[in-house]
Amino acid sequence: MAEAATQIVAEHDPTSEIMTLQMGPSHPATHGTIKFTLTLDGERILNCDVEIGYLHRGFEKMCEQRTWNHCVPYTDRLNYASPLINNVAFALTAEQLLDVEVPERCQYIRVIMSEISRITDHLTCLAMAAVEAGAMSVGFYMMESRETLYDLIAAVTGARLTVSYARVGGVTQDLPNDFAAHVRTAFADMRRILDDCDKLLSKNRIFIDRMSGVGAISQEDAISYSLTGPLLRATGVPYDVRKAQPYLVYDRFDFDVPTGTQGDNYDRFSIRFEELKQSMHIIEQALNGIPSGPIRIDDPQITLPEKKDVYGNIEGLMNHFKLVIEGVKIPAGEAFRSVEGANGELSFYLVSDGSGRPYRVRVRGPSFFGMAAMGDMLQGHLISDIITTFGMVNMIGGECDR
Amino acid sequence: MAEADILSQIETAFPGKIQEQHSLHGNATIVIDRADALEVLGKLKENADLAFNLLVDLTATDFFGKEPRFEVVYHLHSLTHNHRIRVKIRLSEDDTQTPSISALWKSANWLEREVWDMFGISFSGHPDLRRILMYEEFRGHPLRKDYPVNKRQPLVEERDPITNPWNKG
Repeated sequence: MAEAATQIVAEHDPTSEIMTLQMGPSHPATHGTIKFTLTLDGERILNCDVEIGYLHRGFEKMCEQRTWNHCVPYTDRLNYASPLINNVAFALTAEQLLDVEVPERCQYIRVIMSEISRITDHLTCLAMAAVEAGAMSVGFYMMESRETLYDLIAAVTGARLTVSYARVGGVTQDLPNDFAAHVRTAFADMRRILDDCDKLLSKNRIFIDRMSGVGAISQEDAISYSLTGPLLRATGVPYDVRKAQPYLVYDRFDFDVPTGTQGDNYDRFSIRFEELKQSMHIIEQALNGIPSGPIRIDDPQITLPEKKDVYGNIEGLMNHFKLVIEGVKIPAGEAFRSVEGANGELSFYLVSDGSGRPYRVRVRGPSFFGMAAMGDMLQGHLISDIITTFGMVNMIGGECDR
Repeated sequence: MAEADILSQIETAFPGKIQEQHSLHGNATIVIDRADALEVLGKLKENADLAFNLLVDLTATDFFGKEPRFEVVYHLHSLTHNHRIRVKIRLSEDDTQTPSISALWKSANWLEREVWDMFGISFSGHPDLRRILMYEEFRGHPLRKDYPVNKRQPLVEERDPITNPWNKG
């Protein structure tokens, strides 16, 4: 009996077999619908084939059917952890096609809202990464902090996630009067919470063992995979669109671009953590320097008239009607514009044929490139490393699958 | 470097290869023939003065009803010199094939798969040209202008991951 059992084990020795394992597309630890086809030697990953597309909604096709401003709510649903940056990127590219620049106050507002969005995105990413590595309390602390920022976003835009705040030629509404005071209170709370999180993690043996040296990628490969944002900066390339090709009023603010040396998950985590502080610093400078003035371009061809004109006179009503039904007439041409999204370079490539609708909308979401590189990042690592690496690539389905 | 300088520098580096060039809304653009794609893009990447080492984006546009119908659009950035260029290749409707640049940039692998999936433009020499965002059984290429936006496709049977895995098909 025992002899037979020994023989069976010898013939089907699980340690000598190469196993193929399907992980996902609906896996509890991957916050996003994604499928990994793993080739495993024991627990070690020999090959990892990544399959995306489960959240494909035809964003680009949908945009071609709508007017320019109708596309803005769709852009909310690209990277839904930082929708304001998507809004701003889309509006900036459309304005580049129009060859117009929004008023200075609007530029400041866009910077402030983009940076708040960057903080919420990084907090989501870091909180989830900490929870997945077992640090539950850090996750909850960060979520608490994020909630105060969502309150701020809701006070400005009226929504937490589906903000649809930017328009071609401006933003929908001005900041509330007490906005700066609320931001300062929220930041004071956040600094305290971040200090706590720092103490809990930065010298935590378990956390460092799970993150350090895991999912690393060389600088050469990172560039070849077109990685940008924290993934590229972790390998030591100080490339940040806000510094390299400043847009809005970013060149007026003083901030650092943190970089790493190893290109591993720990560097990515540290960079995002440092960027939280840099973003707070930018917002504080912007709130100090924000001028008063209009928040949208005063051009009846581009922006909607005041409500009193819409209801008060026929010209205003017609202007409103034409813009809403036909859309902003953007001259024929094409434009490509990049902004620094939370996960890397976020670009829109817009082609206009001169009608009120975009002819082609293409978005370059940074997550797509991170996922393309994941197979290489994971080679030779353990199954459990997939979770931390996936967390640090911070794939956002809406942006990756569009 | 200003866009005009980049364009003139490229003009001298590739005599006779640049079919058209312009600079619009701050984006310098060159149009090349697909036969020169690998050579021009490879040199744009390797040339020390240009050093366009980051492939920012690769996509296509369908100008349905015009000839040539398709444009494949590459956006390159130089991390060393901090400048950009847009490279275009025009493709006729009857012959939608262009060389793959996945040997130059690893990211081109997925980007070309997406262009194939969405526009039906095939890339010769691509190691693994299959759909990426849509599923294997999907018919047609959804971002072509003649693909109806409200078209429905029949449900497909569930694929057996053991006998018919996606990555083997």
